[in-house]
Amino acid sequence: MKRILLMGNPNVGKSAVFSRLTGIHVIASNYPGTTVEFTQGTMRVEGEKAILIDVPGTYGLEVTSKAEEIAVKMLEDGDAVINVVDATNLERNLHLTLHLLEKNIPVIIALNIWDDAKHKGITIDVKKTEELLGVPVVPTVAVTGEGIKELVSRIPEAFSPKIAERTEEGRWTEAGRIIDQVQSLQHRHHTALEIIGDASVKPLTGIPIAILAMFAVFKLVRFVGEQLVGNVFEPIFERLWQPLMMQLSSILHPGSFLHSIVIGKLIEGEIDFVQSFGLLTTGLFVPIGMVLPYVFSFYIVLGFLEDFGYLPRLAVLLDNLMHRMGLHGWAIIPMLLGLGCNVPGVMATRILESRRERFIAATIISIGVPCAALQAMIWGLVGKHGGGYVGIIYLSLFIVWVVLGRILDIVLKGQSPELIMEVPPYRLPSLQTISKKLLMRMVAFLKEALPMVLLGVLVVNILYFLKVFDVIANLTSPVITNVFGLPKEAVAAIAVGFFRKDVAVGMLGTLDLTAKQLVVAATVLAMFFPCIATFVVLFKELGVTDMLKSILVMLISSLIVGGLLNAIL
Amino acid sequence: MVERIPLTDMKTGETGRVVEILAGKGVHNRLRALGVRQGIKVTKVSAAFARGPVVLQVYGAQTALGFGISHKIIVDVKR
Repeated sequence: MKRILLMGNPNVGKSAVFSRLTGIHVIASNYPGTTVEFTQGTMRVEGEKAILIDVPGTYGLEVTSKAEEIAVKMLEDGDAVINVVDATNLERNLHLTLHLLEKNIPVIIALNIWDDAKHKGITIDVKKTEELLGVPVVPTVAVTGEGIKELVSRIPEAFSPKIAERTEEGRWTEAGRIIDQVQSLQHRHHTALEIIGDASVKPLTGIPIAILAMFAVFKLVRFVGEQLVGNVFEPIFERLWQPLMMQLSSILHPGSFLHSIVIGKLIEGEIDFVQSFGLLTTGLFVPIGMVLPYVFSFYIVLGFLEDFGYLPRLAVLLDNLMHRMGLHGWAIIPMLLGLGCNVPGVMATRILESRRERFIAATIISIGVPCAALQAMIWGLVGKHGGGYVGIIYLSLFIVWVVLGRILDIVLKGQSPELIMEVPPYRLPSLQTISKKLLMRMVAFLKEALPMVLLGVLVVNILYFLKVFDVIANLTSPVITNVFGLPKEAVAAIAVGFFRKDVAVGMLGTLDLTAKQLVVAATVLAMFFPCIATFVVLFKELGVTDMLKSILVMLISSLIVGGLLNAIL
Repeated sequence: MVERIPLTDMKTGETGRVVEILAGKGVHNRLRALGVRQGIKVTKVSAAFARGPVVLQVYGAQTALGFGISHKIIVDVKR
């Protein structure tokens, strides 16, 4: 099968072109032996199936970063390149194009964001550009699909002019020369999106906008999540699943070993999806009925913010704060991802340059950034006692996040690198790209969470049956009762936190704790240890030594914070 | 009159030409990738409070640079 490479600068709508060209079946994978991720899918060219590879965005082919190294390697075994170029920023984009044209591979150019160029008063002579570059050039608007058909039909015309190699400066000069001949600018007024774009990066207007935006995001995620839980998932479980499970319960006989594993305990003769704790009751209800709706609504909102172009602006505004934690503004991206799930959050620390930064970021994500699953359970259980208690948990975690980052920055040798980042203009996102990304993330969540939750519930039941928790509870009761002020049975929940934090918080729900105890327990649970999936990723990303250090930090800080909360509240 | 100043001393909205970048090779490379190099015209879009990053217009795109780097990029500005 032919391998077609989709290449271009970051932020030129490459993913939107990719979504337009490929079918539903898309896989993300790491380039062998590296941590650089790329996606691939299939498309049809002249009736034949071809593989389309979304190469990581690069500014050039000079190897100055891991992404560029991979791009150059992929170029070696590709059959053709679709070079996606931003029509609103042609001169800089041509630098990569000119470099590609030196290589021995056929190239076709998608002159993307063509509509914005028109709005901005930029006119590009497409015919002339084709002439000067010697390859087909097709104007496209990937978001709406305009020009995509023509792009596909002209792929066979892709051509390798193999122009003479230039120096880097030579390419910039040539790009300038081409621009002078093909592009003309007209005076025009700023578009509304540009005005908001500039306003949200300038501190005076940007900070209030950021606060409003974050508040709106929080409200929106909760609102959509609540609606889904209340109107879709709870009714399904209560009206459809509950009767089925009650029948199964009577077949298995309450009290039998099998019953206590599959259905769990009956609460006043009924199945309680939170408290029964069987595989097919709580084991399914926690990940699907309580957590999934919030994960879903979180990823919709995050996907929109990503594709709209807000996150780089947030990075600029927070650069100062992040510097005090040994990081720079861009580190806010892994943190935000961590709010969905710590696993992709920790993996995204790869975008940071130094080992030191990655250690700090991964550690404070695992401690101070609660994942959506954990948050959903906290809202569900602690929220019943009042929003203030949930607020205390968030505030505690935020303070820990900042203070710990500051401490690590002071203690660890080295300094934080500087921010160097493109701030793309605001663009209305493509629905297709957003939904594709959402689908990939939801599949990843279900694959990750469902088996682990079920395994967690199974192990909990077996350990209860073998009375292992009683032994642990007696051993750890000095810490649990004296430091945290919790009943010693809470240790079972904390132990389950090694598996899944959502299941662990669910177990707290079976203990009849006071609001204060719930706050302490949930905060300690959030901080004390990564869940097993995050644990594995920490190990992979940081190595054994740093992972152990990171975990030591978690244990110590959770002891301190749990103790303090117990003393203060 | 042309003044030679670091990026950090430029006013928002001012345009200047980069004459010197006092940074190591790694930073040079990353800046060049974004088109920031000697001889290029840049316009300052904004600067954050208290030694925060500077946002520049370079070619058709905006680029954010940390305060430390911005201080090492020297530009000629007509005033």
